Amino acid sequence: MDNLLKTPLYDLHHKYGGKMVEFAGWALPVYYSGILDEHEAVRSRAGLFDVSHMGRIEVKGKGALRFLQMLITGDAGIMVDGKAMYSLMCYPHGGVVDDILIYRFGPEHFLVVVNASNTDKDHNWMVQNKTDDVEIINLSRDTAQLALQGPQAEKILQGLTTVNLSELRFFRMLCDIKIAGFNCLVSRTGYTGEDGFEVYTSTCHAQALWEAILQAGSSDGVVPAGLGARDTLRMEACLPLYGHELSPDITPLEAGLAKFVNFYKLSFIGREALTDLFEKGTARKLVGFEMEDRGIPRAHYAVESGGREIGSVTSGGYSPTLKKNIGLALIDAAYSKQGEKIDVIIRNKRQRALIVPTPFFKKQYRNK
Amino acid sequence: MNIPTDRKYSKEHEWVKVSASGVSIGITDHAQHALGDIVFVELPETGMEVGAGEVFAVVESVKAASDVYAPVGGKILKVNEELLASPEIINSEPYESWFIVIEMSDQGELESLLSADEYGQFCKEE
Repeated sequence: MDNLLKTPLYDLHHKYGGKMVEFAGWALPVYYSGILDEHEAVRSRAGLFDVSHMGRIEVKGKGALRFLQMLITGDAGIMVDGKAMYSLMCYPHGGVVDDILIYRFGPEHFLVVVNASNTDKDHNWMVQNKTDDVEIINLSRDTAQLALQGPQAEKILQGLTTVNLSELRFFRMLCDIKIAGFNCLVSRTGYTGEDGFEVYTSTCHAQALWEAILQAGSSDGVVPAGLGARDTLRMEACLPLYGHELSPDITPLEAGLAKFVNFYKLSFIGREALTDLFEKGTARKLVGFEMEDRGIPRAHYAVESGGREIGSVTSGGYSPTLKKNIGLALIDAAYSKQGEKIDVIIRNKRQRALIVPTPFFKKQYRNK
Repeated sequence: MNIPTDRKYSKEHEWVKVSASGVSIGITDHAQHALGDIVFVELPETGMEVGAGEVFAVVESVKAASDVYAPVGGKILKVNEELLASPEIINSEPYESWFIVIEMSDQGELESLLSADEYGQFCKEE
């Protein structure tokens, strides 16, 4: 563990009994009390996650908007100040560099949040593709990022600020607001399928902010939550994970993210390849499935139909909310219809599964 | 950490208990703790032969699948089907949650296993 990167909250993970593991070069807690407990807490109350390992890259300058428009598949042109947007960066061949969250402070100032495992790669990719009127600054090590997720998240965070959080809409942010007295950027975003917030602050305030949130939420049942619950929660909500549902070899169209590709934008990296693929239709498609036979599907397990290999599992596991074994698989589009039966090869045995509608879990939280 | 003295242990974190009702095998408190929430168990069929050191079962936590090795070999007489429906009892009662009962083919294999004290020491060093 000694050679791993440590987030500003490293000491507190030990204090709260976190079982530490390596993730993308970082030492992070996979769980504190247990994945099932933490998962349940986030679905019914609230959970606090340290997501400081994610990359935070600032994009500034006269050409910032034009640069982002070239870089991403979405339309940054429709963003207003204070807006957050989920998008993708693609290679010219259409494969994915990374999936990202973009915040707009102003027409010449943005923040891009990227996957921990991709921070250096993304930073290089952005620098490589930038114009002289754009400045790219990697802020990852100077800032901390916490995620407070769950139905009680708003109530808990409201106790620590005078700003009216009920007016903060989904995928909007407030910058330079005080949470527990510390300067923070707060957005109504997350990776759990629940209502919730992501809070960014300077590394020096991270520990005090973490403690303040846990204390403020103690009567509402907030718990610290680790990477394990983060993964089961996002999988139930069918939120893609880079390296699983997305990669340089998987296009957004195959991953079911066509709505994040704006073909009306005349130019962006990957547009030609994606347009071609869109017109022809993709040979592979990402599907959600539920196991009918016993067995837990895991990433990379082969998927068959009638004895023929048709693809593989990208993410899989036990769903604590549904109490079923579920998974996502990238398979031959010909077999991707809902209701279709597929076989997942688990320890050399064919185990029957059923293709079902996604997401597996959707909460009707206030999405205003 | 809980390590009862009425049984022997393997370095792969299984226990073997010899009693009037037979030779039962399960996983230790240390093992269940390291695995985290157990949500799935795959057990062998009764009547199968299993050799010492061979995989005879699989336990899966929320996070990952892990093999369970037989500390001693023999013929499987009984499997604990209760674990299939309620795998979480392995977390709450690891030393009650036997996986299989076997008829040992070589009593001598018990000799190479660790005592409770030795196992406790082994876990500390690991």
